[in-house]
Amino acid sequence: MLEVVNITKTFPGVKALNQVNMSFYPSKVNAILGENGAGKSTLLNILSGIYTDYEGDVLIDGNKCVFKNTTDSKNAGIAIIHQELNLFSNLSICDNIFLGQELKTSLGLLDYRRMNTICKGLLDQVQIDRDPSCLVENLKIGEQQLVEIGRALYSKASIILMDEPTSALSDVEIENLHCLIAKWKEEGKTIIYISHKMEELFKVSDTFSVLRDGNSIASGMMSEITSRELIRHMVGRDVVVKRRNRERTSKEVVLDFEGKFKLHRGEILGFYGLMGAGRTELMEELFGVAKKPISITIEGKKVAIKSPRDAIKNGIGFVTEDRKTEGLIMDRDLVFNISLPSLKDFELLNAQKELEFTQKNIQGLDVKTPSLEMLCGNLSGGNQQKVILGKWLSTHPKILILDEPTRGIDINAKNQIYNLIYDMAEKGLSILFVSSELPEILALSDRVIVMNEGCIRGEFEGATTNEQELMQAALPKRIIHD
Amino acid sequence: MIKADVLKKSQSLLALFVLMVLLTIFTDSFLSTENMWNVLRQVSINLCLSVGMTLVIISSGIDLSVGAILAFSGAVCAGLLKWGIPIEAFDLWIGFTVLGAVIAASLVGYLLGWFNGWVITKFTVPPFVATLAMLTIARGMSYLYTQGKPISNLGEGFEFIGSGWWLGIPVPVWISVGVVLIFVFITKKTSLGRFIYAIGGNERAALLSGVPVKKVKRLVYAISGLMAAIGGVLITSRLNSAQPNAGMSYELDAIAAIVIGGTSLSGGKGSVMGTVLGVLLIGVLNNGLVLLNVSPFWQQVVKGLVILLAVVIDKSNKKS
Repeated sequence: MLEVVNITKTFPGVKALNQVNMSFYPSKVNAILGENGAGKSTLLNILSGIYTDYEGDVLIDGNKCVFKNTTDSKNAGIAIIHQELNLFSNLSICDNIFLGQELKTSLGLLDYRRMNTICKGLLDQVQIDRDPSCLVENLKIGEQQLVEIGRALYSKASIILMDEPTSALSDVEIENLHCLIAKWKEEGKTIIYISHKMEELFKVSDTFSVLRDGNSIASGMMSEITSRELIRHMVGRDVVVKRRNRERTSKEVVLDFEGKFKLHRGEILGFYGLMGAGRTELMEELFGVAKKPISITIEGKKVAIKSPRDAIKNGIGFVTEDRKTEGLIMDRDLVFNISLPSLKDFELLNAQKELEFTQKNIQGLDVKTPSLEMLCGNLSGGNQQKVILGKWLSTHPKILILDEPTRGIDINAKNQIYNLIYDMAEKGLSILFVSSELPEILALSDRVIVMNEGCIRGEFEGATTNEQELMQAALPKRIIHD
Repeated sequence: MIKADVLKKSQSLLALFVLMVLLTIFTDSFLSTENMWNVLRQVSINLCLSVGMTLVIISSGIDLSVGAILAFSGAVCAGLLKWGIPIEAFDLWIGFTVLGAVIAASLVGYLLGWFNGWVITKFTVPPFVATLAMLTIARGMSYLYTQGKPISNLGEGFEFIGSGWWLGIPVPVWISVGVVLIFVFITKKTSLGRFIYAIGGNERAALLSGVPVKKVKRLVYAISGLMAAIGGVLITSRLNSAQPNAGMSYELDAIAAIVIGGTSLSGGKGSVMGTVLGVLLIGVLNNGLVLLNVSPFWQQVVKGLVILLAVVIDKSNKKS
């Protein structure tokens, strides 16, 4: 059994954890819940030996453990699958899995034959259809996540911590992961599972511990609590994702992506599919990132889009899937980031005007930041996402692409973003809403387009469709045959 | 961030100040007006190169070709002044005024720099490799154009640029001040400057935010080439002679000044004023070592140590 006893961790000016007590049991999936900023990552970093200066104790089977570094923690049998991937993108899958624990031949050279065989076995278990020598940079985010899990699978860890392991996985892959977890449970491993997805937590976890603002709020058995109660523990109040009934009257076509789809004014058009279904690629094509000429009509006018800049000029905005690498320039402040897409080719900057511009555009977005000169990298995920929204709203787009806008952010921020999306649509903005989470697709979309294997497979009315129907369309045909 | 920026700048400023105080104490001539003008005139060439390359480095690129472009542009400037362009087929001869030759040389530098940018953006060649190739090409062209011999005696009018005085201040110093003002303005006050920082900070995010990445990059390398050409005109005028091997390894001095000035080689961070301080620091150091009769070989060692020191201090500041 892994216990943390009276753990307190202070950062300059903030108490990230305050007298936290938690117990994690073997052969169980132990969920940790909390909003972003509740202290989950801090706790994780203490358990993995990254933070070494804290008060309180970490006990494994009653013995006090002091981790001076990450190797100590690894040796104590703890494996961590971080939310932010820790893979070396320039190395192969096999190199990554065996990093620091390479197998050697009798001559002391790397034994690639043995490693590749083992690696292939691991990849089969997590169901990635890739060669072990494939470079990690050529993998999709979801696959990279699975490689991380494969690495934990290989280590002989008895305690496995997973931070949002499914945020980039498709439903099929999640199903696979859950099978793996069941196997780990049988083997007597202790699994610690951090996730924002309620449904999923109820499916896999046995116990829960809730953190709020660095304090342990509640813990117990998953079977004895409802999701509503859990959410109340997390945010201190009720939050529900509810479909808003709205009248969609406008039949005016704002965007006609020839041969693919049409988008009406004020419409939320959902794009559902599994990971790798080609949704992001389609959006990038529309936004002029992919360098192939496309034929689209915006408000009845044919336009040529050769670059993102053309797309922006024609009233398209793109909230990208990956905040860190595509969404924001993290070591710059809010003002810099928000004004960037609105800058002309050559214009003189005016600090005062920019500040006012930024203020105006994040009004009503409820961004929690001490100042507009805060570096975006220091904001929480939810706040970063709101800044990205503000950045695009400031360009007064006619069409806004939202690619997984709620990935990895807490429930509170999620709900705020849902409401924002509704409000934007109400004001006449047309929205392309890409998501892998069925509940939010069903709650928000006026129409849903389902993609798989790079093609559009179906179109459904949001008000009348259901999960089964969408899932059916989203599954690649070969899986159905199995 | 703003605080750290000020701190970093004041650090280089402090180092410069301490160095100057020490040199004033230990030499007789350092603080003389004559020597001061001398230092400023000497640094004006490195200043042009460094300030131009600062933009490149902020955009997370590098330009190794500036020394060679300096030599070739300088040679072109001298050649046009001296020989013009003879067109034998028509028995024609195009002569150049000083202004005409300077503009032509600047254009040459701009175009070579633009070519760097074009190769880098069109074929996604790493800037290090593309500009390394240009270093060799431009150097070769300068030998070809001069036939390996200096082009000298370019006339008094031309000498004025590098050696003249105006309102009691050397002309190269006027040029330096103008260059610095323009570049501070570009980086701080224009969308172009903003785009350069954005590209250096995160190129993908910048592209997706509508920054015309390729256009900006080409322009940045072209500007660096242009500044190298201006350096070339200055040095040619100063010596009243174009040397085919002028500006050898000047690119390294420029990079050194930029690094000392606190600009990050990984891009996204840095400032023109930082680079100016870096240039001055290296210039004063060079001058001081000469005045102290330190052997030129030791000067190199000392310069290297100063660069290391600057980077180490910068690193430890970031940690704390």
